[in-house]
Amino acid sequence: MKQSLFESRHQAQWQQFEQLLDQLERGRTRAEDCQSFVQDYRRLCQHLALAQERGYSSYLIDPLQQLVLRGHQQLYRQRTAISANVLAFMLAGFPRLVRQEWRLVLIASLLFFGSLLGIGLLVYLYPELVYSLVSQQQVAEMRSMYDPSGTRLGRVAERASSEDWVMFGYYIMHNIGIAFQTFASGLLFGLGSVFFLFFNGLMIGAIAGHLTQIGFGQTFWPFVIGHGAFELSAIALSGAAGLKLGWALIAPGRLRRGDALLQAARVSVQLIYGVIVFLLIAAFIEAYWSSMTWPAAWIKYSVGAGLWSLMLAYLTLAGRESHAPE
Amino acid sequence: MLETTATPRNASLHPPLDTRYQVETPEGIDLPLRPAGLLVRTLAFSLDLGIRGLVLGLLFIVLGFFGEIGIGLGSILLFLISWWYMVLFEVLNQGRSPGKQLMGLRVVQDDGTPIGWSASLTRNLLRFADMLPFGYFLGAISCLQHPTFKRLGDLAAGTLVIYREQSLTRPQLPDATPRLAPFALSLNEQRAILGFAERQGQLSAERTRELAAILAQPLHVPAAQATAELNGIARGFLGST
Repeated sequence: MKQSLFESRHQAQWQQFEQLLDQLERGRTRAEDCQSFVQDYRRLCQHLALAQERGYSSYLIDPLQQLVLRGHQQLYRQRTAISANVLAFMLAGFPRLVRQEWRLVLIASLLFFGSLLGIGLLVYLYPELVYSLVSQQQVAEMRSMYDPSGTRLGRVAERASSEDWVMFGYYIMHNIGIAFQTFASGLLFGLGSVFFLFFNGLMIGAIAGHLTQIGFGQTFWPFVIGHGAFELSAIALSGAAGLKLGWALIAPGRLRRGDALLQAARVSVQLIYGVIVFLLIAAFIEAYWSSMTWPAAWIKYSVGAGLWSLMLAYLTLAGRESHAPE
Repeated sequence: MLETTATPRNASLHPPLDTRYQVETPEGIDLPLRPAGLLVRTLAFSLDLGIRGLVLGLLFIVLGFFGEIGIGLGSILLFLISWWYMVLFEVLNQGRSPGKQLMGLRVVQDDGTPIGWSASLTRNLLRFADMLPFGYFLGAISCLQHPTFKRLGDLAAGTLVIYREQSLTRPQLPDATPRLAPFALSLNEQRAILGFAERQGQLSAERTRELAAILAQPLHVPAAQATAELNGIARGFLGST
């Protein structure tokens, strides 16, 4: 068949298919318009194969190829109904995933909490150690922040709600930034994640140890105990997600490194979804609960203990039943 | 001696000379994608950076009037724009951030389908690893050594930055009386002759004559008539409308 005849015979079908594609790409289609989509697409593929096989002009083949590509994108795209899945994921999927990756979570937690507690204890016992880790200026800043005789936390008492809002924004920005860094640098064979886990553990531990040692513990601990549950575990979890990437490169198993990385990334980005939610919760608690000064220390401590056990119970127990809410 | 473009099943495919990336669809069609290289991607990223800077600058000026609520809102917006700008545009705007749109690029999955939330988030979070130790050093190295120009984030997310297909305007074939080729032509030769006729408008008359003259001898025509002869053969392939 000559090219012109072929074209004039099928042109109308191609144009119709292109209009349908235009609608689909703009997301304005009704179900009944798409009834024949698959047949039309298959027929278009056949036309393309024929056109190539008969040596028709590039000016015919290329537009057909573009149409097929657009059809392919519409037919084979992954559609995920996010809103329905978010709840199921947070109620069951995420804690299950954390338990499934328990080895990496354990390693990351040991690195982070181990260095945090270790250095905290060391700084508490040998106070001058803090200056070899944290710059003098930062130490002074932290001191003035948690000074019980009340410079800044004293001001917190009459802090307006607008300022809570400021701090909420700041905490989101700052903490999620740290978590994302810890995750992303795991791509360097896990070294980056190890470094950031260890480094953040050291910094936080040193400051906590120092403040306790100089007797500011009574303002420091009630402040951090509540949101720490979600904030610190989120950093450990993002480290675990980063280690997952690194481990796929170090020990890809029977896959090629590229494929192992692809699979690992698919899992670890889900961990990151959970981390984001954790950090949003943490920022909310930090801005609106931790900054309150009227509750007595024992209330703060018991709420903090409640939040820690809630977080642990959530990660270890949620989603265990097979008929978990989906 | 008709030679088809389809290679026998056991033949190994020639790697193409250009940077095309073939996606084989379940229908058995090979779709060529054209991956975008380092330079054009850098330009697209710089444009995005500029746009983000501009938007943030304007927002901060406006939010400055709202005092502390403005600052809080500003830092949330800063967070959204610095971490989610790319993700939102890529997922909701068919793989195109404004910079990519201006440079005629788009992001797709390895199999040519549109990019989803997870893949987009992965490739944009891992941008941090690409930027290490400074100025996109690792990303640039990865991009330059990879056959389809992937940076580290693309490798992990299984994504590809390609040129968007531009719609073609079809040129008019020069007028000539259709005729048969004096001997059987292979498919590639057929397409070469069609291509010659279609692209004549872009060539100078001298170049056209020069190219056609190469084929004068096998066509058994004087060099001066070779152009007309080739156009006639192309017309013949096309058939009457």
